[in-house]
Amino acid sequence: MTLAAPEAGKGAAAAPPPARDPMSPTPWRVCRAFRETDDTFTLELIPEPGREVRPFAAGQFNMLYLPGIGEVPISISGDPAYPHTLVHTTRAVGAVTKKMAAIRRGDSVGVRGPFGTAWPVESSEGSDVVFVAGGIGLAPLRPALTQLLSRRERYGRVVLLYGARTPEDILFRKTLREWRADFDLEIHVTVDRATRDWRGNVGVVTSLIPRVPFEPGHTVAMICGPEVMIRYTVMELERRGVGPDRIHVSLERNMKCAVGFCGHCQLGPHFVCKDGPVFPYEKVAALLNQREV
Amino acid sequence: METLEPLLAEHPFVRGMNQSQIETIAGCASNARFETGQYLFREGEEANQFYILRKGRIAIEAASPTRDPIVIHTYGDGEILGWSWLVPPYRWRFSGKALELTRVLMLDGKCLRGKCERDHDLGYELLKRFADILASRLDAARLQLIDMYDKGGRR
Repeated sequence: MTLAAPEAGKGAAAAPPPARDPMSPTPWRVCRAFRETDDTFTLELIPEPGREVRPFAAGQFNMLYLPGIGEVPISISGDPAYPHTLVHTTRAVGAVTKKMAAIRRGDSVGVRGPFGTAWPVESSEGSDVVFVAGGIGLAPLRPALTQLLSRRERYGRVVLLYGARTPEDILFRKTLREWRADFDLEIHVTVDRATRDWRGNVGVVTSLIPRVPFEPGHTVAMICGPEVMIRYTVMELERRGVGPDRIHVSLERNMKCAVGFCGHCQLGPHFVCKDGPVFPYEKVAALLNQREV
Repeated sequence: METLEPLLAEHPFVRGMNQSQIETIAGCASNARFETGQYLFREGEEANQFYILRKGRIAIEAASPTRDPIVIHTYGDGEILGWSWLVPPYRWRFSGKALELTRVLMLDGKCLRGKCERDHDLGYELLKRFADILASRLDAARLQLIDMYDKGGRR
């Protein structure tokens, strides 16, 4: 097994270069597979012996392939410092992901990637950082948080605002507990609909923004979730005084080839697979209301 | 006697108001604390206050005859709670319960309504701020209705 070296000096949001043949999947072995919630699951993959391991950056995604079933883009939710284990958390919602939810330890999965742009973790050093995650949008943000927390002293206030549908839909409970206990990280979790035993916050994630401490003029925001949530989150951040040039969003479109050939994920002048999924908000602000074709 | 004006003046709610307006509002303010589980107000009661949460958490509940009250929203540090004092018939639409020891600035809405009738500039400043709060609450309520984390979505 060899580890390809990441490109040096490429800047904060620079992502590793694509694989030599980005269209050919490489087989990876499932070392752990488990349910996170009722409809989400995590796969942890290790490379087959002798296979090249490519570094990835927080925010990138892989195309995961099940022979005879199909291929889907899934964000990487593991630690960029440990690229030998690929972690993918997703929702069982379509034909491919429903099959994936049933695979077990020892099964094989084809992997193409990593693809796409990265969260601006390094270039945010010195700033307050606000992460806003909605639903399964916490998964693509987890690598950025992990990376930031490994160098926590380089940042100002760090806040994670996380909204889920119900308490049962909260992802990564153990990770959230560990982050709360071990790091100088303010975490606020809220649910849209409370159940009987829930003692936490109730209300949409945007309603948390007015109550958390950060210095708007020196804050970088990273947002991931349903696009309607992204739009309203941006509005609330702008009300607090965070400039649109300091807001970054991760978008999701119908990505197929992942290298900007097929055009399935085209959004205005951008290909989400290649120019995104992480965009500076300013670049895509005018495109966010457009329906996917 | 020490007034609550300095405390009030620090809050973003009064940012942009002149000193005289802040003093007028502070004249209708008092400190209050609520123990865990204590109700600040109950649905249907006369609404003569609004609250600036200094520290703590409040749940807004809707009563249901067949089950426990439904928590529809929670508020935390620094937030403004209560607009029923501003809109006839001045009755609370929901109940507000402290989820932990909560300290608030309590503003007497009846007192403020009277002052706003006499001083329309003050009234306009207050209305602008409450319109902003109401717009945010409406946005939040609509987002809850959308059910944006619907199982059909990928995120």
